[in-house]
Amino acid sequence: MPATRLMPTEEGQDLIDLTREICQKELLPQVDEAERRAATTPELPRDAFRVLGRAGLLSLPYPEDFGGGGQPYEVYLQVVEEIASVWMSVAVGVSVHSLTCYPVAEFGSRAQQEALLPAMLSGDQLGAYCLSERNSGSDVASMSARATADDEADPTAYTLKGTKAWISHAGHADFYTAFVRTSDDGGRGLSCIVVPGDAEGLAFGAPEKKMGLHCDTVSEVHFEGVQVPADRLVGTPGQGMAIALSALDSGRLGIAAAATGLAQAALDRAVAYAKEREQFGRPIGDNQGLAFLLADMEAAVTSARASYLHAARLHDAGRPFTKEAAVAKLVCTDNAMRVTTDAVQVLGGAGYTQDFPLERYMREAKVTQIFEGTNQIQRLVISRQLLKNSSSLSKRG
Amino acid sequence: MNIVVCVKYVPDAQSDRTFNESDNTTDRVGVDGLLSELDEYAVEEALKLVEAGEGEVTVVTVGPDQAADALKKALQMGADKAVHVKDDAIHGSDAVATSLVLAEAIKKTGTPDLVITGMASTDGTMSVVPAMLAERLGLPQVTFASELSVDGSTVTIRRDGDAASETIVATLPALVSVTDQINEPRYPSFKGIMAAKKKPVEEWALADLGIDASQVGLDAAWTKVESFTKRPPREQGQIVTDDGDGGTKLAEFLAAQKFV
Repeated sequence: MPATRLMPTEEGQDLIDLTREICQKELLPQVDEAERRAATTPELPRDAFRVLGRAGLLSLPYPEDFGGGGQPYEVYLQVVEEIASVWMSVAVGVSVHSLTCYPVAEFGSRAQQEALLPAMLSGDQLGAYCLSERNSGSDVASMSARATADDEADPTAYTLKGTKAWISHAGHADFYTAFVRTSDDGGRGLSCIVVPGDAEGLAFGAPEKKMGLHCDTVSEVHFEGVQVPADRLVGTPGQGMAIALSALDSGRLGIAAAATGLAQAALDRAVAYAKEREQFGRPIGDNQGLAFLLADMEAAVTSARASYLHAARLHDAGRPFTKEAAVAKLVCTDNAMRVTTDAVQVLGGAGYTQDFPLERYMREAKVTQIFEGTNQIQRLVISRQLLKNSSSLSKRG
Repeated sequence: MNIVVCVKYVPDAQSDRTFNESDNTTDRVGVDGLLSELDEYAVEEALKLVEAGEGEVTVVTVGPDQAADALKKALQMGADKAVHVKDDAIHGSDAVATSLVLAEAIKKTGTPDLVITGMASTDGTMSVVPAMLAERLGLPQVTFASELSVDGSTVTIRRDGDAASETIVATLPALVSVTDQINEPRYPSFKGIMAAKKKPVEEWALADLGIDASQVGLDAAWTKVESFTKRPPREQGQIVTDDGDGGTKLAEFLAAQKFV
C-alpha cells in the first residue's frame, strides 16, 4: 500500500503522483534484472537517471533561477523515498547527485553558480561526491589528497593529486565535487573544488565488489595531476571542511528518506505475503505472533518517516537541523535494517531466496547504516549537539 | 494548426473496478481514476503536431468533478487549455449522448483544424464515440491511425489491419482516432506541472451548450445495464503429475479443450 502522505502543496502531490507513475512504468520493470546483472558486472543504470532528469526530478531542491525545482526538502525527500521504494540504488544516486550540487548552490559565488549550476541541474548530468579516502573515512580532517596552487598569492589553477575511495558514479559522472587539502592546517586546510568529468589526469579504480546496492557503482577516483582553473574552487581556500559537514547535514536526510522507502517496500511485500501464504489452513498473518511483527514494522516505518520530515521542515524553515538530521539518519537506517530483516523472516524460506527481492532489500539496508556518516558518527553528532546546548537549563536553574 | 483532443477520465484498470448498485452505471467515485491511457496517445500526437509547427492544443472532457484530474494530466503533458463539461444530468449517458455533448463543446471552442481522440476508452472500450462525433461535426472520420502526418490541407494516416495496411487521406478539418502504436506518450515534467497551474480550464454546463437535459443521461440512453454479477473467482487449474507420461497427458488436455 503506498504510504499516506500529507503534501504541503498541490504541486507537491502532483510530483509524488508523477514519481509513482515513472517508477511503476520505467523503473520497476527493470530493477530486479539490473541489480542481478550488476552483482557480477557492475553497471550504472544511466538511462534510469535520464528519465528522472527529463522529468525534472534530479534538481528539485535547488533554485528555479538555475534550472532547479525550487521545492522544499519536505517535498524533495518524499520523492526520494518513493523512488527508493522501487529502486534503492537509483534513489541513493539521486541523493548523491543532490549532494554534489550543494557546495556550489550554497557556498559558490554568483559567478560560479551562473557558470556551473545550469548544467548540473539540467537533468542531463550526474555528479560524484569525492570526500572519503582509504585512510580517511569518518576522520575527514586527516585526508591527504592535495591541490597545489600554481601561484600561492594569486592562483589561476590548481593541480590535484591523490586518491578518493568508495565514490558513487565514479567513471560515469559529469563532474566531481572533490574535497582536497590546500594546506597542512588539519581540518582548516581543506578546500572544495569542482572537477570536470572530462578533465585530463582523472582515472578510476576497478568497481568495488559490494554486498548489495550493485547498481550504485562505486570505485576509487585517482587525481593524477588533474589541472583545474582556480575559479572552480568553491567558497574560500580552507573552507572545505565546513562545506563538507554542511552538505552532509542535508545529504543525510536524503539517505534517511531513501532508507524509509526501502523499509516501506519490504513492509508492503511482507504484508502481501502474510495475507496470501497459508499454513495450518489459514493465512499466516492470522497468527498474532506474525501480525504483531508486521505491526512493529509499520510503526518503525511510519515513525522513521516522521523523523526525517521533522528535520526537513526545520531545514525548510531556515532553522538549525544538524541534530535532527543525524537523528533521522540514525533512526531511519537502523529501522530499515530491522524492517528488511523482519520482512525476510515473514517470507521464511521464500524470503531467503532470490525469487523475491527481500534478501536484496536486507543487503541494501546494511550500507545505509554505514555511508553518509556511520551511525556511530551520527550518535557523536547528536550527543555533541546535546551537550553543547545543555548549559542553558543549569544556568536558568 | 488548432487541435482539439477529447479525453476521458476512467477508473484505474489496476484497481477493483465495479458498478454502482443503485443504477448499474460505472462506479467512478469509490475507485481511483485517471486519464485513460489510450487518450495519452492522442494528447501526445497533438502536442507533436503543434510543436512541429504552430497552434494550440485544447483538451475537452465530459465527466464528473474528478475528471478535472484527466485534464490536469493533459495540461501537464503540454496541452494549452482545457474544457470540462460537467452537469449532473449527464450521469449515465451512453455513447450517443456523449458524442452530442462533445460535439457541441468542440463547436463552442471554435473551429479546430483537427480533432484527435484515442481509439477507445479503457473502461467502456466501445470505439464508437469517434465515429459518432465525426458525424455530428460533419467531419471526415479517419480512425485507428497508427501513423499520422499533416500536409497543408490534408491529413494522411496509416491504418494497420489483419491483412493489409491502408493509407488514408482526408481533407482538413478532420477527425482522427489514434491507436497505441502511434507514439510513445511523454511523462509530464516538473516544469509541466508548474506551467499547468496557470493554464485556463473552462467549465461548461449543458445550458452553456444549448443541450436540453432530456437529450442526455441514463433516461435518454439507448441501452442500459439491466443487471450485473461479479465474475466468479478463478478456479484452480488442473495439476498433472509427471510420471513419465506428462507429455501425453498435456497433449490429451489440450486436445480435450480443442486447443490442438
